[in-house]
Order: sequence, then C-alpha cells, then structure tokens
Amino acid sequence: MDLVLVNLIDGLVTGLLLFMLSAGLTLIFSMMGVLNFAHASFYMLGAYFAYQISIFLGFWMGLLIAPLVVGVIGAGVERYGLRRVHQYGHVPELIFTFGLALLIEEVVQFIWGKDQMPYEIPGILEGAAFAIAGNTIPLYKVFMIFLSLLIFGGLLYVLTKTRVGMIIQAALSYPKTVEALGHNVPLVFMGVFGVGTALAGVAGVIAGPVLSTFPGMAVVLGSIVFVTIVIGGLGSLFGALVASLIIGWLTTFAKAYDVRMEDILTGIGFTKPDPIWDSAWQDLWTLTSPQIADILPYLLMVLILIFRPYGLFGKRDA
Amino acid sequence: MRKTTRFGLGAVLATVLSAGAGYADTIKIAFIDPLSGPFASTGTNGLHQYEFAAEELVNKKGGVLDGDTFEVVGFDNKISPKESLIQLQVAIDQGIRYIVQGNSSGVANALTDAIEKHNRRNPDDRVLFLNYSAVDPALTNDKCNFWHFRFDANADIKMDALTDIIAEDDSITKVYVIGQDYSFGKAVSAAASRFLGEKRPDIEIVGNELHPIGKVKDFTPYSRKIVSSGADVIITGNWGADMLNLGKSVIENGFEGPIYTYYAAADGITAAFGEQGKDKLRLVTEGQTNPPPTDTAAAYIEAFKAKYPDGNMSQTRITNVIEMLAKAIDQAGTATDVVAVAEALEGMEHETMWGGTLYMRPEDHQLIQDVLITVHTDEDIQFDLDNSGYGQHLESRVEMAGKDSPTTCKMRRP
Repeated sequence: MDLVLVNLIDGLVTGLLLFMLSAGLTLIFSMMGVLNFAHASFYMLGAYFAYQISIFLGFWMGLLIAPLVVGVIGAGVERYGLRRVHQYGHVPELIFTFGLALLIEEVVQFIWGKDQMPYEIPGILEGAAFAIAGNTIPLYKVFMIFLSLLIFGGLLYVLTKTRVGMIIQAALSYPKTVEALGHNVPLVFMGVFGVGTALAGVAGVIAGPVLSTFPGMAVVLGSIVFVTIVIGGLGSLFGALVASLIIGWLTTFAKAYDVRMEDILTGIGFTKPDPIWDSAWQDLWTLTSPQIADILPYLLMVLILIFRPYGLFGKRDA
Repeated sequence: MRKTTRFGLGAVLATVLSAGAGYADTIKIAFIDPLSGPFASTGTNGLHQYEFAAEELVNKKGGVLDGDTFEVVGFDNKISPKESLIQLQVAIDQGIRYIVQGNSSGVANALTDAIEKHNRRNPDDRVLFLNYSAVDPALTNDKCNFWHFRFDANADIKMDALTDIIAEDDSITKVYVIGQDYSFGKAVSAAASRFLGEKRPDIEIVGNELHPIGKVKDFTPYSRKIVSSGADVIITGNWGADMLNLGKSVIENGFEGPIYTYYAAADGITAAFGEQGKDKLRLVTEGQTNPPPTDTAAAYIEAFKAKYPDGNMSQTRITNVIEMLAKAIDQAGTATDVVAVAEALEGMEHETMWGGTLYMRPEDHQLIQDVLITVHTDEDIQFDLDNSGYGQHLESRVEMAGKDSPTTCKMRRP
C-alpha cells in the first residue's frame, strides 16, 4: 500500500513533465493545424541552455533565462520560418519542422559534443523531502511537481480569465473574424508559438538534471509527446493534462509491479503450453509488464484511435 | 546484373592489387558502430581510439608488411542490426576486409551471420570480423564461426570473475539483477543466476528483470523496486544513457550498496556520476589505467589525451585489436588473404601494454585475458575519465580469467 502512494507520486512527476511538453505542442497544433516535430528539440535546447547558464550563474538563473531564450528562438522560428512556409500548405510545414528537429540535434552535438552533460541539481534541492516506508521522495521531485502545477495554473488562468487569453482562444477558432476586429493575429500566433516552445524549454531545464542531458534526449521523448496529444485530443489543453497523467501512471505502475502475461492468460482460461520453449507463443507467455511498460502508451493510442479517433477530449472537427 | 557486379568488383580488386605492387598500400578497417543517436558518444569515442591506435601503434612504427598502413573508416550503423548489414555491404563493396564492431551484441549477431554467409558465397573477397566489445557468450559458443574474433572477455567470463569477488563477501545476502532487454542483457542475467547459484547458493536473487533498451525515460519505478527489495548489491549490464539513468536513479532513491556494472565509465557517464557514484560503482573490465601498469601505457594515454583532450582512453582493448591484427598480418605475410591472417590470429599470445598476457583461444576465438574489478573514485587517480577528476581504480584482478571455461563452439574451418 505504501508503495502505491510512492508510485502515485512518481507517476505524477512523469505525467506533469510530459504535460509541460504536450501543452505547448497541443496549443501550437490547435493554432496552426500543424504538428511541430521540433517540439522535443526545444525541450533539449532548454536543458542545454540551462546547463550552460548554470555553469556561470547557477541553476536558478538557468531556470529563469533558458526558457526565455528558447521562447525567443521559438518565436523567431515561427516569424521567419514557419510563417513563410505556411502559404505552401501543411506538408511543407511538417517537413520544415522535421528538418528543424534534425538541425537542432546536429547543432547541439556540434557545440556540446555527444557526451552526457554533467548538469546537476542545485545543492538546496538535493536530498530527500520525506520518506514513505523507506522509499525516499527526493526534494527535487517535489519541486518539479509544484513548478508544473504552478505553470498549469498560470496557463489556465491566462487562457480562460484574461483578455489576452480570450483573444488567443478566439484567434484559434476564428482567426479571420478576430483579424477583422482589429487584432494582430500573426502576432498572437507568434506569441503562442513562443510560449509553447518556452514551456518545452522549462520542461528541459527541470528534466535535464534527472533524466540526463544528452543529444538523444529529444528523440527519447519526442514520440511519446505526440502520443500524449493524440490520446488527449489534438488541441485540447485539458486533454493533454489527463493523457499525460494517464501515461505517467500507466508506465510507472506497469514497471513497478511485475504483472506476468502468464498469470493473465491462465486467468482468462488458457493453459500454458508445455514445454514452453518449444511453443510458438513462447514470447507472449513469458512477457512481463516492466518489459512492455514503455510501449503501453502506444497501445493505448491505437485503442483510442480505433474507438475515439478525436481523442479523449478533442472536438470531432478539430 | 550479378555478373556485372562481380566483374566490377573484380576490376576494382585488380586495380587495387596492381597499384599495390610498387607502393605501400593502405589496409582499411571498417568501424561499424553508432555515430549518431542516443549512443553516439560511445561510438565516436571508440572511433577516435581506433584511429589513434592505428596511427600510433602501426603507422608510426613503419606499418605492416612492406610499410602498408592502417586506415580506419567509420560507418554509422545507428545501433540498428538492419542498418549495420547495409553498412557492411558498403564496406565490402569498398574492398575492406577487416570489420570492427562492438556496441550491441544484437548488431554483432547480425553481422557474424551475414559475414559467414558472405564468406561462404564469395571466397575471393572474404572479410574478418574483429569484435571488440559485444560480449554475448553465444558469439563464441553456439553461433561461433571462423571469421569472428572476440577481443573483450565475454559476459560469462566477466560474470565468473565478478561473482568470485561477490562470493568472498559474506555480508552480501541479496542481489538484484537488472538489464536491457536484448541478447546481452539476458546473457548477463542468466550468467548471474548460474554462477551465484554455484558459488553462493545462500545468496538470494531478489530481483531479475529486463527493461526496454534505450527507451526508458525515468528509472524511478525500477529503483523503487530495487530499494524495497532490500538488495545489498545490484548487478547490471546496462550501458550508455541506460546505465547513467539507472545508476543515478537508484542512488537518488536511497540505494546504499555497490553497483556492479560492465560499462559504467567514460562517455560523460563518469563525469555525470561524479561524487554521487564514489565507491559505489564498480566495473568488471579489462585494461588497467589506474595505476598505469606500464610506462608504455602511461605514455600512450598521455599522447591520446594530448590529441583528444575531450576524449577518453576507455576501451583499452582497442589497442589489442590493432596490435594483434598487425602482428597477424605480418605473420601471414598478406593482408588480403584473410584466412591466413585468421590462422595467424588463432592461438596468438601477445604481451599487452595494459599488463598481462593475451591468448586468442583457437577453439572459439575468444581472447583470454586478465579481468579486473575497478572502482569509481577520485582518490589516487592518475588518468581520470571525462576530465572529471574521477576515474576507475584497480581493486582486484583475476588473471587469465576463464582460460578453461567451457565452450560449445564447433568451429568449421575453410
């Protein structure tokens, strides 16, 4: 029982981190109708920038400055890259972001090399916050949870309660009308793209020290972010949150408990072939949940696409 | 179509051969390993060590035969077996006869099969496979062939040495085994259970599991299980980012005991662990660097660091590959007849600069060498890794480890 609580917290951390990435991606998608393949690369940039800044100014300045830099780069990419490609349609846009992802990875390797970066958590956040039945919860994780919740709260507030948020929401649904009303819609798009990438940057800053900062970090997380927003429903912020948490808990619990396929299959009523090593079904029978934990989200995505193609909280036409 | 290819290859070969009559040739060695993606740092560093070894140990000493020099050509296989086979074909088409590869036994298994088929079908341009790092025991047992030579101690030999050390420590009663879900990870796990069962039946293996390779973002759930299992010791064959993330995660989540590993050093891993891993990480490896076993070794590392200040002398066996290959080519008197070179390699004994003697066992082409246990520390370190001040210091040595280890290899010679 104690371990359940610990796993809930661990899953929450994973989920919230995923949310910070998918929130920006889903916002950008609902705005421009284009999937930003380079989104996870901005996450990587965030980690590398923060590492570089932390060498000179310490972790906290890195947390403050790196996302800003990433956001400005993101806004620049929208203004001078995507906006020009936009007129040629969606496919060139996709290819543009895909190329950008490759470019960023190469640039990062060019500047920092291919090794792991020794990006450390700050001294003040080292050590355990509390322990549940001998399992310590590191202080840094608690910090990650609070920061993510703070950002989610802030985002929700800006989008639903402020004038800027209303203009953004209106611009997402009826850009022409909003433009006719005298608002600068391209500026809104640029702003949202910048904020979205800055969010990915924040995720990179706080994930860098725990999930390690290396040139492959974007690839490792890249596909799962898409899975998240497909499950949550393209363009839905709330859906992204729910999907992130589901994925976080799903993978954490699958890894933490050794559920064996053998038990499930015998539970359903199949009999185990004997001897197992001669059976064609050997691979299926010997599976355990930790082995397949990281592909469960993909399985979930397939199921969602079959039974609810527009995602958990997506609108049918979105 | 095939005829034209044959003819083309033959023409190229003829040109190469005739050109070589008067001049010194270059003998090309294809390095097929990941040079991009998550495991790129391991691959790139390996390539540098090969280039350096070829330059320092062969070319600067007058080369082999009549002044032929070695050239190492990098091929990026993106750690995928499929991509490796394509790169192998490219290398063969370029007339390269020596293939070196090490990262991932999955790749090595694919390569050894492909090379055996190729050599059977093309007796005129056969190639040798010098495996410097893939330690899946099957490669020198059931799947052994005449063209494959392994220069690293295989997983069983390393585990044999490692469990000897564990068995001596009476305070250890619980062991947790975790690894990547592919042939090597499975081999480590099987060997750990077998050897511990033989040597210390009282030790309980409290966990034995596999996780997807290169896919796990966060190891926390695994660490929780490890910590709550009450394990005294962790054994893992993880490498690359999987090693770093697993290690950091278990230490952060409160694991106090030693972590016995195969590959927890260099490529940024040593620097990233730093103080956190001190006296916790232990490596079962070959090739001693701290203290340096010979003056040659010390000078060699210094020269390497002078050329690649950011590099690491992390795979000392690479010098053994180059030196033994050069010796075999000289003995065979040819670099193009790989059968003669392979026969010269079989049973070869070689004094290595890293201390001890090497012996290429003819029965299975497994190199027999000293296996060491080293510890991650910053005390008494002459040659650190990742310029971090931390390095691997010798703790114990098993001489000629696994010399009499059994093999199921039934070698078919040409």
